[in-house]
Amino acid sequence: MNAAVPLIEVEKLEAWYGKRRILNGVDFRVDAGEIRVIMGGSGSGKSTLLRHMLGLNRPVSGTVRLFGKDIARASERDKLEVRKRIGVSFQGGALLTSLTVGENVALPLREHTALDESTIRIMSRLKLEVVNLGGFQDLMPAQLSGGMVKRAALARAIVMDPRLLFFDEPSAGLDPVVSAELDELILRLRDALRMTIVVVTHELESAFKIADTITVLDQGDVLMTGTVAEVRAAANERIQDLLNRRPREVQVDADEYLRRLTREDG
Amino acid sequence: MEALTGPLARLGRATVGALAGMGYAASLLVESLWFAVAGWRVGQPVRWRAVFEQMRQIGVDALPIVSLLAFTVGIMLGIQFIAALGEFGAQSQVVIAVAKSVTREFGALITAILVAGRSGSALAARIGSMSVSQEVDALAVIGIEPVRYLVAPALIAMLVMLPLLTVFADAVAIFGAALYSAPALDVTPTAYLLQTMALLDPGDIGQGLAKSAVFAVLITLIGVSTGFSVSGGAEGVGRATTRAVVLSICWIIIADMVFSFFLNR
Repeated sequence: MNAAVPLIEVEKLEAWYGKRRILNGVDFRVDAGEIRVIMGGSGSGKSTLLRHMLGLNRPVSGTVRLFGKDIARASERDKLEVRKRIGVSFQGGALLTSLTVGENVALPLREHTALDESTIRIMSRLKLEVVNLGGFQDLMPAQLSGGMVKRAALARAIVMDPRLLFFDEPSAGLDPVVSAELDELILRLRDALRMTIVVVTHELESAFKIADTITVLDQGDVLMTGTVAEVRAAANERIQDLLNRRPREVQVDADEYLRRLTREDG
Repeated sequence: MEALTGPLARLGRATVGALAGMGYAASLLVESLWFAVAGWRVGQPVRWRAVFEQMRQIGVDALPIVSLLAFTVGIMLGIQFIAALGEFGAQSQVVIAVAKSVTREFGALITAILVAGRSGSALAARIGSMSVSQEVDALAVIGIEPVRYLVAPALIAMLVMLPLLTVFADAVAIFGAALYSAPALDVTPTAYLLQTMALLDPGDIGQGLAKSAVFAVLITLIGVSTGFSVSGGAEGVGRATTRAVVLSICWIIIADMVFSFFLNR
């Protein structure tokens, strides 16, 4: 792939939920080989940005290009080609509960390759070993702990050896030790498998540990994109609030406030 | 003014919502049929294994309960027709009355209502909980179209199994009626069944089968479309399940009435 083409290129992306604007014309790009962390508080629009990058939501305006392809306008075949080259680990794991862990990991191989059954079995077990879940392939997802579910989901995400890996909230709901282990795993994946990794998180500690570059989102705007050191040193007040866990000062507009209180629904 | 426009606005919103729901269901139908026919050309084949699995769940697993209810309904029809026709001294007409009402009406209706309760709700619950836990999103980003993976197998299985179950229910119900009515009519059950065979024509069974194919489409589409539109966690899944069953049964009965009207003119 041409190095000049960024793996992800988002331009002037706008997103709405009903009458509420979630993203205000976001520009965003990720180059090959980096670990990019998208950081922001709740409601900053980071999950919405992720859904658009995965092609799960269609942009109202603006474009999202993966590997140079506009995924909202690509043909089914092109979209499938893009999806074979990305891996996604969802916040809750999203393992199919009707399949065993091994079948979950093998699912992309079964659907997209013509490999024979024993090769598929070996490859999926190999990926389970990578995430330290060797020997767990016959369990059902419901029998795993939270950290194990996330690692199994990661194994499924990397089973096709994607060039681009998305990771939604790796440390949400995990104890500090397990989440530190996951951070190590992410770093290892980048080094061993040369993946480009996009992590969405609100955990500062893990963000600073794994990130090459950080994009800070706040209320639908990109506040800045920079290295860990640059973000730490940023003068922006909202970024410092986020870093130092300061509560936001909510500006109350008296007229707007009254209007909200007295408005009739309709 | 508000008192006047309020209900109007609600009516309008409900209408738009209902139309949108029907449109969505129709698009699911078209998409699943498309995937079934041409999916393999774009790397989205409908898997036979998934179809057979659904056929087992929808069809084979429903056999005991369908037999029980069809048998009971057969006996019930025997009782009613003997009582009602006996008043006119027309007991000999029981055989044809049971045969026609079972094959044209009750076999298909009872089976469809049962399958709506068993499998329509199961589809809504399964797909609903999968959307809540992001499993549907996961399928999409793996490159597996959720409609191809979840809807098409269920639709094909339902279209095959519901007519088969209906024929089975027809047979069991007539057998039930024979067991009850034969002694009352002073004939052997075998003679009763032979007479039934002589009186029925293929059109009667065809009518039931045509209905059951329509019911199959209704049950599947209502189940999956309510499942996909679940929001609000576990409670939402519960609501969707109830909604799927109630809506399917309403639509089944309405479609049945419309069908009966046009087929019996």
